[in-house]
Amino acid sequence: MKHIQTLNTRDMAKSLNNGGCGECQTSCSCGIANQPCEKK
Amino acid sequence: MIHQYKQNGYNIVVDVYSGSVHAVDELAYDAIALVDAGTPRADIAPQLLAKYKDHPEVTQADIEDCLADIDELTAQGKLFAPDIYESHAFDFKNRSTVVKALCLHVAHTCNLNCEYCFAAQGKFHGDAGLMSFETGKRALDFLIENSGTRHNLEVDFFGGEPLMNFEVCKQLVAYARSIEKQHNKNFRFTLTTNGIGITDEVIEWANKECYNVVLSLDGRKEVNDRFRKDLAGNGSYDRIVPKFQKLVKARGGKGYYMRGTFTHYNVDFTNDLFHMADDLGFTELSMEPVVTAPGSPEALTEEDLPRLYDQYELLAKDMLRREKAGKPITFYHYILDLAHGPCVYKRISGCGSGTEYMAVTPWGDLYPCHQFVGDAAYKLGNVWDGVTNTALRDEFKLCNVYARPGCKDCWARLYCAGGCAANALHATGDIHGVYEYGCKVFRKRIECALMIKVAESLDPDLAPAHADLAPAEDCGDCGGCE
Repeated sequence: MKHIQTLNTRDMAKSLNNGGCGECQTSCSCGIANQPCEKK
Repeated sequence: MIHQYKQNGYNIVVDVYSGSVHAVDELAYDAIALVDAGTPRADIAPQLLAKYKDHPEVTQADIEDCLADIDELTAQGKLFAPDIYESHAFDFKNRSTVVKALCLHVAHTCNLNCEYCFAAQGKFHGDAGLMSFETGKRALDFLIENSGTRHNLEVDFFGGEPLMNFEVCKQLVAYARSIEKQHNKNFRFTLTTNGIGITDEVIEWANKECYNVVLSLDGRKEVNDRFRKDLAGNGSYDRIVPKFQKLVKARGGKGYYMRGTFTHYNVDFTNDLFHMADDLGFTELSMEPVVTAPGSPEALTEEDLPRLYDQYELLAKDMLRREKAGKPITFYHYILDLAHGPCVYKRISGCGSGTEYMAVTPWGDLYPCHQFVGDAAYKLGNVWDGVTNTALRDEFKLCNVYARPGCKDCWARLYCAGGCAANALHATGDIHGVYEYGCKVFRKRIECALMIKVAESLDPDLAPAHADLAPAEDCGDCGGCE
């Protein structure tokens, strides 16, 4: 696209189906957005 | 919902519900704003032509091409994506949760007397005390028993000052190591310390057993020593900095964070970060705004906000400069993994306090997190009987971003998951409230963090090292990479 460049980001809608495994750490003051996914 | 902003020469559009981040030119920036405002399609091109009348390169065809790009991204669900998650948020009460992490308050006492301490100089508005090995041992057993099939278990030695009970810390790690294999667990220990009690033995132990350490330092000597004083009123900087440097050098690349607090007295906090980086040699940095009673002399004010915003932008630009120079630093709140970050469940449910994460007092009482300790209304139970206040636990289960009316129209809601329940309680009297000052700071930090990602994607000096940010063109979108 000439006018818009889209960064590679995790698809939130798809993560409804492939997320939620709960392997990630709790995240306190990394924070939520900084949290790496630890899905096996 | 979208959010548009300009920073460091980039035009950035964040699509809230898809998680997409777009870098756009001026024409697309204006066109997206018109679409977002509900401008009738037939009116958009004439309005843009009028605005760009002095730019002959912007033609009717160019505008139509731009609008086609917007239509394509909208059809792909990457722009103006709808909120499809709200119905999931309220299933949370019935979801199964396991305990993932404990904050062990091994010492409710401290060898410093920092005036801004949320823990009231380590005693949490109660009695001083040290955790016994037996209580700590029971806490670790409680964690194993309530962690389900989860393999990694996080335990933080906290206080007060945990090194005032170092012998028990050592005994608890030894106990955990002796039982973790038989339970198919891996304990990941962390230590949060003010540095006063660091010895060669502590360094050797921490670097062997702790996968991360948090070292409290506020930056420049005069800044640190304004609040971080001992009981006699003497500043701590000269005593702790050499110990921190020795510990970090000995860690050999293992995780650590220099964790500072800034107040109304040092709104120019980047100077403290740069002091730690350039003068002291630390590269893993965190600097947090003080949370204290409004009206106290150190409290940040509304008038401070423009300066804070400038500081966060200055920091982001300087981090890009350092990265180009091959000497990067890490700032805790600018760590984002856009391609492999948290799923939407995590982004809705938040930090895990009260359900996946609990704090344990020296006497074995359980609280939703370290910031609730000392408030009897928030006692969950104890490590012998487990969680007995199940109503409170369920309240925290439901304490997600959709439970906070104040978050409804916020573009950053899936980056913060509704924010800190303790800060909300202290600011509004309700864990479902919103600590608005913290929100303003948070949104600025996320804008800066995203700008860094855009720069790393587009700047030719940085992009080769960040191929993960480049979009996969015409990949067919099979979903295999998900």
